[in-house]
Amino acid sequence: MIITVASGKGGTGKTTVAVSLALSLAKSVNLANPLYLDCDVEEPNAALFLQPTFQERREVGQMIPEVDPETCIYCGRCAEVCQYHAIAVVEEKVLVFPELCHGCGSCTLNCPTDAIHEVLNVMGTVERGWAKLSSASRRLEFAQGTMNVGEAMAVPIIRQLKQGVIPPDPGDRPIILDASPGTACPVVESMRGADFVLMVTEPTPFGLHDLRLAVEVARDELGLPVGVVINRDGVGDQGVNDYCATEGIPILMRIPLDRRIAEAYSDGGTLVDTLPEYREQFQNLYAAIGRLVAERKGARA
Amino acid sequence: MKQLVILSGKGGTGKTTVAAALAHLASQDLPIVLADADVDAANLELVLDPTKQEVQDFAGGKLAVIDPETCTACGTCYKVCRFEAIIPGSGTEAYRVDSLGCEGCAACFYQCPEEAIRMEEQRDGQWFRSDTRFGPLFHAHLFAGQENSGKLVTLVKQQARLLAQDTGAALVVVDGPPGIGCPVISASTGMDLALHVVEPTVSGVHDLERIMATTNHFGVPSLVLINKADLNPARADEITAFCAGRGVQVVGYIPYDTIVTEAMVQGQPVTDYTDGPVTEALQAIWERVKDHLDV
Repeated sequence: MIITVASGKGGTGKTTVAVSLALSLAKSVNLANPLYLDCDVEEPNAALFLQPTFQERREVGQMIPEVDPETCIYCGRCAEVCQYHAIAVVEEKVLVFPELCHGCGSCTLNCPTDAIHEVLNVMGTVERGWAKLSSASRRLEFAQGTMNVGEAMAVPIIRQLKQGVIPPDPGDRPIILDASPGTACPVVESMRGADFVLMVTEPTPFGLHDLRLAVEVARDELGLPVGVVINRDGVGDQGVNDYCATEGIPILMRIPLDRRIAEAYSDGGTLVDTLPEYREQFQNLYAAIGRLVAERKGARA
Repeated sequence: MKQLVILSGKGGTGKTTVAAALAHLASQDLPIVLADADVDAANLELVLDPTKQEVQDFAGGKLAVIDPETCTACGTCYKVCRFEAIIPGSGTEAYRVDSLGCEGCAACFYQCPEEAIRMEEQRDGQWFRSDTRFGPLFHAHLFAGQENSGKLVTLVKQQARLLAQDTGAALVVVDGPPGIGCPVISASTGMDLALHVVEPTVSGVHDLERIMATTNHFGVPSLVLINKADLNPARADEITAFCAGRGVQVVGYIPYDTIVTEAMVQGQPVTDYTDGPVTEALQAIWERVKDHLDV
């Protein structure tokens, strides 16, 4: 089962929840080893808490055109078809602007003399390994994408992280994707293909405003089932509770405002290591999500 | 005229809280213009009580549309699309376009042997010019899951700058998006100063390094502000030392205080809502930022 953890607003506790969920599931002998993907490739933080050892590291990016000056007839067709103005033909010279290229390959397909071949423009890395766990008998697989500083596009890195790591048929294996804040294309890419989107929010006007937008993307645009975790419960106002009740969105867990959790987090401590009584709650959260996903599949069948 | 952007790398560290407070404090000294550059989750409007004066559509990109009448189900579009945006359908609709996956590259449009595909311009969002009690505000709303947030950020920022130039405003304050990608690059380019809001946590420190490397890369000087500084004093010291090593000044420390959330619930900048330690810290920060900007 693939679960994407998202929020809209940043800093609501996505990584806190995703990490604690993964650690709690790793303890559960009834489940296959969980797999964790940090899809916040601009600011990946989960490794700070899960302290993985990486076995594999590869450079990723997208394929950009390279023009063979021998074969090129400078007809300008590549520049004409490129929607991103990433390629320009000036007299007998072809200029490629990698930072504008989306790697769609249209220039290659349209070149009448086959003068274009594509090369990898490195934009970041994908790493894969195992999280540090206290119990030797259980394992938590971990992978993350990291965008290089100065690069603009996160989506190609997230796409390659997912393609390289998520098995084609995940079956019952818990797969947790930790998304970036916001609701734009990187978040959409992190949600595509998920069975469920878990929204972590805080009960404040900012939290609610951005939760609505994230629900629009996950539920209304992508048609995925959603549920909410309210973090720092007790701070703020009633807006998130009222919204969830009106929209029929299940509130699956509440984590109270507790300075101990914030202090532990500040030093890289996880919620379930600080307060182990939460482990069972996270296991129950996973079971509840499983029931909601099964219901949805039943309703469709 | 000077331009200041509030950034953070990590989300939820208090960018908007700081931007709203600086808007309030700066407007008492100078004529200012405001811009909310976090176009996919814009929050500044929630604490500035804006009155919309102008609403404009934003058309950023294009979307492939397949005409089922002309389509012969040859599958060429499916083969050439690298974004998994062409989805095999059923019945009269052999293939359909996933509008959230489509990047508008037009590869399918050019390759379709039947010319059954057209590219349609998409309305990706809206932008607004509003009045607030601190000055004009430019803000925007990118529709759910759309691309081109960088272009919309550039547009919002440009509108704010042009109005500031026309009206002789001394300062543009830009509330930035989280992360280090295209919206952040769009928000940062051309700015006179970036103020990074960081929390004393392992994530905060890690993300500060990446956002400062990004603004350095684009030639924007940095100042740092540590929010919720007393949550972990040792880590706040670590950030201060890290900044000193880079020749970057820490312009202030804001204590952890739930009054910040209370002010947000009341829809007000914290400096306008209370006179406590948080407000005092922000007043001192504004004085230092003002000196740096020389406004």
